[in-house]
Amino acid sequence: MGSQSDPHAFAFSAAELEFLAEDETVEIVPNMRLEPLHLISGDFGPFRPQIATQVPLWLAVALKKRGKCTIRPPEWMSVEKLTQVLEAERDSEKFQSLPFHYVEISRLLFDHAREDIPDIYMVRSLIEDIKDVRFHKIGTGLEIISKEVTYALRLKNLSAMEANIVRPFVTQALQTFHKLNTSEAIPESGSIPSRQRQPVNQRDKRVLKGR
Amino acid sequence: MDSGDASGYSAGVDDDYESLLSTTDAELLKRAWRNEKAAPEILQFEAALVQRSREQIQLMEETVEEFSKNGVDPLTVSLYQMDLDRTLFLLRSYLRTRLQKIENYAFHIQKTTDLWNRLSKQEQNFAERCVDDMEQHLDQSVLSKLPQGFKSHLKQSSLSLADDMVPEPQLDQYVICRSKRFLGAFQLDDSGEEPVNIEANDLYALPYKSIKPLVESGQIDLV
Repeated sequence: MGSQSDPHAFAFSAAELEFLAEDETVEIVPNMRLEPLHLISGDFGPFRPQIATQVPLWLAVALKKRGKCTIRPPEWMSVEKLTQVLEAERDSEKFQSLPFHYVEISRLLFDHAREDIPDIYMVRSLIEDIKDVRFHKIGTGLEIISKEVTYALRLKNLSAMEANIVRPFVTQALQTFHKLNTSEAIPESGSIPSRQRQPVNQRDKRVLKGR
Repeated sequence: MDSGDASGYSAGVDDDYESLLSTTDAELLKRAWRNEKAAPEILQFEAALVQRSREQIQLMEETVEEFSKNGVDPLTVSLYQMDLDRTLFLLRSYLRTRLQKIENYAFHIQKTTDLWNRLSKQEQNFAERCVDDMEQHLDQSVLSKLPQGFKSHLKQSSLSLADDMVPEPQLDQYVICRSKRFLGAFQLDDSGEEPVNIEANDLYALPYKSIKPLVESGQIDLV
């Protein structure tokens, strides 16, 4: 019943997460002159050749596509840093601290600024590995939830994409635990539990929702 | 986005005021959109924010038009246009998410004063039309053909005490949320569970019901 609980209505799509990630700032080095931009999302520039400046990722990608700048990959995207993260990620049960949108940011840069990233193949495979290790941890982490009854779950250092992927399952699971537990505590509530158990499926709900 | 969180002090009013001043409307709109998308129920309509965003969009549209008339270089124009498109997308998606919720829970929203008051004037009109159409549709297709006592679109039968056929958002649904600053020990509900320590910038899965006041006061963001 977990998976059909309309994940689309309440979660974000991958495109929407990318949209959010595009607002993160990166450093670019323009190769042209441009007056400052006074945008709704903020003021950026002025742009001068060879002078680095901070802009949101979408702006960086737009300029990059037109060949107007090079993008400086963020510090955490270096082979050295990523190797450290990967090692720590493997050694510890905890999630290492990475930017909230690390999946989306790295993906966007791989797609649009490959020549600006030193050792791109290495960086890419490191990020893939990190992603794999983390997803594996999420999997084992979910098993832990089922063993201990919890009402609140702290998802320390989980990234946007990861949180979004586990959302349908985790939220459903916790909610179900919570319900089972409260109905255990109040057995006299009679016939209500069986009716209330219905998942949030919109169509079923009209007919079956209790209360 | 995540600036100035280093201070782990308790959330004072000054703090809130400061963060309000330093946040742009673009940020606020994004937050409103995220919250609205992630919350199971409809939230208070951000009337002032939507109004300001509309004005900004209009101003920007005029600017872009002027630019292209005056032969400003196409690159600049296209960058302004992109920024404009992004804001337009946010605003539209925000409004659409709300309309979708209104459609899903029209009956429930209409009979709950608290929820009804969260809608804008236009949304109220929309909700009324939704309710009318839905009533008419249910009546024509099914209800009118049912035996006496089962004809209500709100109740399963005339014996039901409450309106038990009205879909409601599930407030005990879990949501994933994040606070910009340390909120300290937080009591989930009155079940005597241990309080949860809410740290700055960490994600938590919590029941929407228990953090609802924090979402409404802007202390916690849904993700």
